[in-house]
Parts: sequence; structure tokens; C-alpha cells
Amino acid sequence: MLPHPALALLASAAIVVALIPLVYLAVRVAGAGWQRIVDEIFTARTAVLAGRSIGLAAVVTLACVVLGVGSAFLVTRTDLPGRRVFGVLAALPLAIPTYVAGFAWVSTVDNFAGFWDAALVLVLCSYPYVYLPTAAALTGADPAQEEVARSLGDGPWRAFMRTTLRQIRPAVVAGGLLVALYVLSDFGAVSIVRVDVFTRAIFTSINLGFDKTGALVLATVLVALTAAVLVGEVLTRQRGARYARLSGAGRPPARIGLGRLRWPAAGLIAAVAALALGVPAMSLLRWVAAGVSRPGSLAEVAVAAGNTLWVSALGALLTLLLALPVGLLLARAPGPLATVVDRLAYLPHALPGLVIGLSLVSFGTTVAFALYQTVWLLVLAYSTLFLPLAVGAVGAAAAQAPPALEEVAKSLGRGPMYVLRTITLRLTAPGLGAGAALVFLTCVKELPATLLLRPTNMDTLATELWTHTSFGAYAAAAPYALLLVLVAAVPTWWLSTRTGVSTRARLPITTGVAAGVPVEASAGTDLSTTAGIASAEIASAGMVTPGTSTGAGTRG
Amino acid sequence: MAELVVRDVHKAFGPVRALAGVSLTVPAGSLAAVLGPSGCGKTTLLRCIAGFERVDSGEILVGGRVVTSVAPHRRRVAVVPQEAALFPHLSVFENVAYGLSRAERRSGRVETVLSLVGLAGYEARMPHQLSGGQQHRVAVARALAPRPPLVLLDEPFGSLDAALRADIRRDVREALRADGATAVLVTHDQGEALSMADEVAVMRSGQIIQCGPPEAVYSAPADPWVASFIGEAVLLPAVVTDGLARTVLGDLPLASAPVRKAEDAVSGEAGMVLLRPEQLEIMPAKATDRIRATVSRVDFHGHDALLSLRLADGTTVAARVLGPAGAVVGGEVSVRVRGAARPL
Repeated sequence: MLPHPALALLASAAIVVALIPLVYLAVRVAGAGWQRIVDEIFTARTAVLAGRSIGLAAVVTLACVVLGVGSAFLVTRTDLPGRRVFGVLAALPLAIPTYVAGFAWVSTVDNFAGFWDAALVLVLCSYPYVYLPTAAALTGADPAQEEVARSLGDGPWRAFMRTTLRQIRPAVVAGGLLVALYVLSDFGAVSIVRVDVFTRAIFTSINLGFDKTGALVLATVLVALTAAVLVGEVLTRQRGARYARLSGAGRPPARIGLGRLRWPAAGLIAAVAALALGVPAMSLLRWVAAGVSRPGSLAEVAVAAGNTLWVSALGALLTLLLALPVGLLLARAPGPLATVVDRLAYLPHALPGLVIGLSLVSFGTTVAFALYQTVWLLVLAYSTLFLPLAVGAVGAAAAQAPPALEEVAKSLGRGPMYVLRTITLRLTAPGLGAGAALVFLTCVKELPATLLLRPTNMDTLATELWTHTSFGAYAAAAPYALLLVLVAAVPTWWLSTRTGVSTRARLPITTGVAAGVPVEASAGTDLSTTAGIASAEIASAGMVTPGTSTGAGTRG
Repeated sequence: MAELVVRDVHKAFGPVRALAGVSLTVPAGSLAAVLGPSGCGKTTLLRCIAGFERVDSGEILVGGRVVTSVAPHRRRVAVVPQEAALFPHLSVFENVAYGLSRAERRSGRVETVLSLVGLAGYEARMPHQLSGGQQHRVAVARALAPRPPLVLLDEPFGSLDAALRADIRRDVREALRADGATAVLVTHDQGEALSMADEVAVMRSGQIIQCGPPEAVYSAPADPWVASFIGEAVLLPAVVTDGLARTVLGDLPLASAPVRKAEDAVSGEAGMVLLRPEQLEIMPAKATDRIRATVSRVDFHGHDALLSLRLADGTTVAARVLGPAGAVVGGEVSVRVRGAARPL
């Protein structure tokens, strides 16, 4: 018997909606006939594309793991000078969309194009995906375990290697796989830096107007590659679940002295920050003045900004609506059905936005005529792509209102609606708000699906930036890049205030408090709040269990 | 104030039979403790009474009203959960007032129950500003505030340290009594059950094995398992003849009203008798004493000490002595039994 039949039904309905693009892609590809598929896949060009995509993913992932783990360790566990500042700086590249970074480099360095240049941009944009979970794991690791290792005769390094390092391994692997997925699905950077990988090839073949089926088949190969990475992710997640922290002491771990290496290490990490943040900042400063002085540019920018805002808001709203039953089902009625629903919700998120966009274009032109050339198809693409982000947030929010609280409320004679209003919603609202903001932020930054699905003549910040950059009109592109970074920064800031310092004063929204254990949020929450945001993103991508997202933000 | 009657309740989770025919009656205004090892089904029983779990079969009555399939919020059964579970976003006042109507909130009821649990003046605090013990007191006040006829406490003091636990137990007992509520306390701590409850129901594998006043359950346990679960037990093989039990500790008088069945009481039959360690008296060994033992272990508790004694035939028995033991491991003592042995 299902414990929550209505919830299960709603969740299944949400998943059906979210799976439209994927199912439609399968239907179209199957409809093309086996001969056609085989002809399309087994060509020299497909082999080259596959080799390049896999190669790029491998190179970027490896570099991100080195950079991410290195900086996480330096910032959290050593006496690195200025580590608090570096801790924040290392998380910031996440707020820069890859195509903005691509624009910055292309407009700064002459002849910036090709495999290694694209790899550089992608590494600098995505190493926070490894840095953040690793830093969170390092901060959250129980110092008592290292102390026990020390008391059993290990030196500081050896104790770190034997206890903590083994515990953070799932976080590192999960972050690395996230980077691999991200690189496989990236469209903006690779097309601006002009390296032919699957996403760019697919877009070119649709955009030039020929061979829709060919594009769909190529997309399927890309889906297969993604699926291979996903399998690896699921395997590590199962193992990672066993490394849960058992209570433990709430103290920060001891730091290891770097000695003479202190300043060289600081120089190294500063250089990375300069490349990841300094280059985009310089490029924006250089071009914005020229871009804004162009006649009529401000009006265009305002229109694009308005479009971005309301389309993203719609996307966030629909995503949250679909995520509510799924997240609640996961939190309240875990079981086989909830697991299946969770995995299915995760599926489209792992797919490149380009593939989802492509599938929905076909869907609009052949099935849902009424939706084609309206924003609704775009909004559907957003909610399909970003559903797991919201599901994770809903799950984390639901953890703030454990069933025990509702039971107590009912035992005091209050009806279900009253309990929902006064307990459940009150406790989950901050988490839901944070989830909505997270989805909104991600919608604002989305490029490929927006490019394919926006109604004709409707431009958003992302598409304007992309169009201008591809014509080499860097001055015209700069204002959009600047606005994108700003618009993306506002929700980031809001999220940090929600999950961080202010929580202790107003709303104790940590699980610890809900369980009756007060949690101290210390002053130095800069790093961990930023980590909280990104770990929400990562958690909802299924890498970390829900609940760590907001929890990590306040653990300090 | 209302009587609680649980009649032949069954509850299974898949293949696991959590409750296998539980029957229990708690008289109005009294406090019953459901005592059992973890996993015996006691929390499930509590959740069934509260209405959080639906029973498979059987009946639950509160104050004569059948509530078996009534929704939790219509049962008027308040709960004090294990971890207090205060609403983290509400102040102490708002927590306690949660089940009260607007008029009742202004009537001073919140202040009354808060002072019952010894927390007058804490109204404005937030839950995270309270210590663990204070959080539990607020949880009790919150449960009492709407004057429920029945209050359920689910191992409410398990997470507190020993000294605090004794205080809060006494205060909660007083608060419940002052309010006249019927209460059911679920616990695995026999000390808690014996000291707080008017009635103790011992539970094992989804069934209530024995139910009665604490003294009765302690002195006349239903079987050897109950005897050892509630306090220390000295279980000795015995041959019963003419109202005397022949044991290694000598011929002991039998306590009246044996719990066992009549046919077992046949003279000359081998059986088992129960003594409590406090019935064993030890004295410095004298050559003339018939029953002597070697002290094999001393567990000193401050106010008393529990000695393990090895008798001549190898049987080990426990003896409780008040104050410093005056015995050393390896020493010889004489043993004498006070009072009667209870046949099991």
C-alpha cells in the first residue's frame, strides 16, 4: 500500500512532464529507423567528435580535481595567509557562466580558440564544483577522528591521510563527475572558443537548417556518453552514503603548518583567482564603456533584461510546482517509488540543455503546435532541466520540518491545514525560497535551450551576449555580460544571507535545531555560506544527501 | 482525566509483528509505565494510542470513547516525544500555547503550566536558547496546556544526564498529578518506570507480559525474564517441600500467592525460586556457618555495593549491601537469607 497515495500520484505526474523531452527524443530517434541511425553514428566525424568530447571532459575533470582539492585543502586545513578571502574567491567562478568567461577570454586574447583554450576556460569556471564539496567535507569532518589517529601514533600528515582524506574521497569523486557532466553538456564556452565537440556540432546542424534527424542521432550519442558518467556517479554515491558523520565533536579541525611554503602557496592560489576572476573582470571593464555608449544600446539591454527576468521567474515557479510533490515524497515516504521518481527527475538534469532544447523544438513543431514559439516551451525546458535543483531544495526544506513536529502539533488538537500553515510551511518557507532563487539563477544563466526555444524576436541577456560575441562585436556584448554577472550575483547574495549569518538571529533553520540541539553559527561563515549555496546545487544534483545543503551553510 | 483501555491491539509492519495482541488498562488519573527492551514494540504502542499509526485490529478507548480510527488531532491525546521536538520557530510561550484557543492563551494557562514544570518567566525564550532539560520541560508543558485527558511520554528523558533526569522526573510526575491527567510513559529504564509510575506494564516481543503496581511487579515477577529485566535477580534451582524451598542457600520459606500454576506446586517437585540481592545478608565468615561464599566481584555504587558471591558448589549469586561493602575480592563471607523466596 502506498503511504501517501495523493503525493505519489502528483509526483508521478510531475515526472511525466519532466520526461517529455527525453521520451520524445527516444521516439523520434527510433522513428528514424535503424539503418539511418547506424549510418549516422558510424562515421569518421562522429568518432572525431566523440574523441574530442571525451578528451575535453577528461582533461578538464583531472585539472579541476587537482585545483579543487588543492585549494580546498589549503583554505580549510592549513595556515595559508588570507585563507578566508581565498575561500570565498575560489567559490566565485561558479557565478560566471562559461559563455561569459569564454567571451572574456576571446575578447582579451587574440586568436583564442581550440581545444586547450576551451579547456582552460572550462577548468577556471568549473573547479568550484570540486572545491566546494571538498571544502565542505574537510570542514565537516570530525576532528576527533584525527585526534584518535594521532593518539594511536600517527603524525599530523599521516593522520590526515588515513582518516580525513578517506572520508572526503566521495566528495571529491562526486565533484569530479559533476565537472565531467558539465563539460559534456557545455555549449556556450565551446562554441565561443570554437572547438568542435558534440554540442557545437549538434547546434550547427540544426541552426544551418539541415538534417534534424542527424542532429537528434548525434544528441543520442551525447546522451549515451552522459549516461556512462551517470552510472559512475550512482556507484560512488552509494558508497559515499556510508561515510555519514556519526555525531562527533563540533570543533574546527586543527590546521597544518605550511612553513616556508606558505607564501608560494598563497601566490599560486592568487594566480588561479586572477585568471578565473581577474580576466573576466578586466575584459568587462574594458568593453562596457564602449558598449554602453553605442546609440540605442541601453534600451536593447533593458528589454533583454526584462525578458530574462520574467522568463526565468516563470521557469522557477513551474519548476518549484513540479518539485514540491517529488521532494515531499522523497522526504516523507522514502521507498522504491520515491527512489525511482528521484532518479527519473535527475535524468533530464544530467542531459545537455542543448539536447533538451532540440527535443522540445521537434516536439513543438510536430506535436505541441500551440506551444511552439511561445515562452511556455522554454519554461518547460527550464523546469525539465532544473527540476533536481528544486527537488533537492524541497527535500532539504522538508527536513527542517520533521514529521515529529507535525505529529506533536496534531496531538495538541490542531487540524491538518492549521498544522501545514503554522508549522510545515513556516519551517520550510526559507528552504523553498532558497530553492526557487537557485532555480531562477540557473534559468538566467541558461544559454542553449533558450537559444533554441525562445520565440522569434525575443532576446534574453544570454542570447544577446551569444549573438554579439559570435559576430565579434565585443563592445556590444559587454553590457549583457556585466548584467548577467550582476543578475546572477543577487540571488547568490540573497542565498548567503538566508542560509548563513542571519539565521541564528531570526530563524533557526538548521536540522540540528529542529532536533532539539542548538547549533552555533560562528562569525566566519563566508566560506561555508557560499559552500551552502553550491552544495545545494550539488546536493540537488544528487551528489550529497539533501539536508546537507542548508545544514552546511550554518555549520560554520 | 480519563481511563485508557487498549484491547487486543495488533500491528504489523510488513513481516514484522510489532504488536501481537496488546491489552492494557490505565485507570483515570494514574501514570502507567510501559517498560521493555528496545524493539519490543513499546513506541509503536504509543504511536497507535496517539493515532500516528493505524492499528491492524483491536480497540483503543480513551475515557470510554472508542478512538481506534479517529484522526490524531481529534483524539485529545497529547504527546511528549523523545527529542522534545519543540517548534524551532516559535517562542516558549507560542510553543506552549500552540494547542490553545485565543481565549485560553489570554487566560494565563500558559503561565500556569510553565510554572508547573518550573519554567515560569521563560515565555519569551526561543527553543535554541534552552538547555536540553528545559526543552523537555517545555515539551511537557506544551502537552499539558490544552488539558488533554491523556498524555503520552515517549522515553522523554533518555537524552538527559542522570542527575538532571531524577529532578525532571520528579517535577514532571508532580505536574501530571497536579493536572490530573492520565499518562502513559514509555521507557526502557526500569529505574524510571519503578520510580515514576503507579502501574508498570512489562512488554516483550509485542506483548505485555505483566502489568501491576511497581512493588508487585518487582517482588512477584511473572517469569525469570521479567525478574532479571526489573532489577537484579538471584534465581536459584529449588526443590519445594512442605512450604519450604530447598536451595543451595538453605531451606527458605516460600512467599505466599505463587504466580505459577497449581499443578507445579506439588511437593517434591524441582523448580526455580527468586531472591533479590538485598535479601542476602553477608557477615564475616565463621567456621560454624553452614553457607559460605567467596567474593568474586565488588561493584561499588556509593550508597550501596553489589557483590558477586561464589558458593561452595560453584553457583554465583548477587548480594546488595548498604554503604561501603567491607568485603574484598577473594575474601570469605557467610551468607544468610532474609525473608521469603518467590517461586517462579
